[in-house]
Amino acid sequence: MEALLSRFRNLTVLVVAVVAQLLYLAYQVKTNGDERLIRVWAVTAVTPLAGIVEAIRHNTIGFLEDYFILLDVREQNRKLKAANDRLQMENIYFRNQLATAEHARALVQFQSQTPSRTIAARVIGNSTVASAKAVFIDRGSTSGVENGMAVVTPEGIVGKVVAVYPLVAQVLLVTDATFKVGVESQKGHVHGVLDCGSGKCVVEQVQNEDRVDPGEWFYTSGEDRIFPKGFPVGKVISSQPGQGMRDLKLTLSASPGAAEEVLVVVQGVHQAIPTKPPPTEEEVDVHQLPPPPKETGRDAAADAKPQTEADKVLAKYDSIGKEQGHVFGGLGSGIPNFNVKKPASPAEKPDGAAGAGKPAAAPTAPVKPVTNGAPAILGARPGSNPQALPTPKPAVNEPVLPLGAPRRKTPPSTATSTAPQP
Amino acid sequence: MNETSDQILAPATRDGWFHRFQVVALAALTLVAIIGKFYLPRLVPHTEWLELPLLLTIYFGLMRHSPIASLFFGAFVGLAEDSLSPANIPIGMYGITKTLVGYFAASVSQRFNVDNSVIRAVLCFFFFFFHAFFYWLMRRALLGQVIPFDPQEVFVHGALNSVVAVPLFMILDRLRLAGGA
Repeated sequence: MEALLSRFRNLTVLVVAVVAQLLYLAYQVKTNGDERLIRVWAVTAVTPLAGIVEAIRHNTIGFLEDYFILLDVREQNRKLKAANDRLQMENIYFRNQLATAEHARALVQFQSQTPSRTIAARVIGNSTVASAKAVFIDRGSTSGVENGMAVVTPEGIVGKVVAVYPLVAQVLLVTDATFKVGVESQKGHVHGVLDCGSGKCVVEQVQNEDRVDPGEWFYTSGEDRIFPKGFPVGKVISSQPGQGMRDLKLTLSASPGAAEEVLVVVQGVHQAIPTKPPPTEEEVDVHQLPPPPKETGRDAAADAKPQTEADKVLAKYDSIGKEQGHVFGGLGSGIPNFNVKKPASPAEKPDGAAGAGKPAAAPTAPVKPVTNGAPAILGARPGSNPQALPTPKPAVNEPVLPLGAPRRKTPPSTATSTAPQP
Repeated sequence: MNETSDQILAPATRDGWFHRFQVVALAALTLVAIIGKFYLPRLVPHTEWLELPLLLTIYFGLMRHSPIASLFFGAFVGLAEDSLSPANIPIGMYGITKTLVGYFAASVSQRFNVDNSVIRAVLCFFFFFFHAFFYWLMRRALLGQVIPFDPQEVFVHGALNSVVAVPLFMILDRLRLAGGA
């Protein structure tokens, strides 16, 4: 036996090492216990270094990238002055600052809007298992993070906390093969289970009879006891009847693997499924005023008054044409006398603009006819019938001409001379 | 046997640098490899395929020529990696896999001249595929976790790791010469 062992010494050691690890593995599976001490040691040894590297990267790499970008710009624009380079550098720097600030603002805004209590965290590292899809965040038990808490972003769900250490926590992403999320559709409130393990996200356990259309949104249903109800999950990209269950594929609204800042839901509050899908980025960026109130009756008529001098002249000629039965553009309707003056209406303002769009009002007092036989209106024929003319407007109510327009002084005696007899 | 086959099959000269190589340096390299895997994907996107701990295990096995030392080193690296894995994966999965990789790498190094870059690249590719397949098999068989296994993707990642391994091993050779002279 001893000779056998010494002959196969290497193999024996290998078998012993593998069997020992298998037994240890079996012990963990059997007791369902997490070897916390070993993990704490490993995480404590690695995460501070990763945190330092992340801090350095966050503070310097962005600046260096900007610098290299500026080098290219400088190469392409060698003839530009140094001041221009400095301004561009500042511009890029401030733009980055603004982008960072806007992202942080969005996070804070979401944090303030959601009824759930959340704390912000930054992703500082990945898991060592490439297929496991897990990340480390810089918040741990000292910040109140506990095992099983949901992790989200304003765009959607990210994952759940699977291990908590004093200063960091490990988050299993929803894209992990072992992660399932209870979801609910927006319109038909169809319940299902989200599974992103195969690389593409599918919603399982949806009956063929349930109607789910492409483009419909899914939200967390809260049934998994991880995510509070009402957080956006993603949009359906294809929905086809399958064998027994409906074949539903959807795209996640958030990017769990690419998230840099996340929110840990410390105290979740279930919300109703929104009736409208979450706004897109374009919709969020464009600021729109509410539609104006509908115009009704008198207000609408009051608002229809002319705005410019040309409008006033047009309204005046239109009114004169109507009074004289002239059809503009019509054949055989004659030429109206545009020189006739209209009386001021009671509602007309002193500047003559208020009543321009309204029908001419009847004169309140009879006006004496012309007695000297001279033409009352400049350019009118002496033999024209004054009865056919409308009531002239008093000279005092003549529309005010714009500044600089040629003015003609009208004799007071002729101002009201062509007024017809009532 | 011709000259080429002699070169390939002849065991490499066993310099004693590993004897002089400090444990601290090995631990530091392991830490760097694990931090690289832990953090590199965040620094450089789409580098999840890079298995620095595995490459370090293979290199140690190929250069050490001792199966026992190599399997223990593989177990150490694997268990360290397991400690940073998600809590739903028990410790030992990578440990067992890398134990086997270390053992087989050292066994192979006793038969071949592993100073040849082509042989190194081929071995890295083979061990990467073995590592990925065995890990997938263990998660499926021992833990009952159904995770996808894409052979095409593993082939591509194995080839990429082989490409990275050749210059990386050269750098480690330089370090070995500098430290063991």
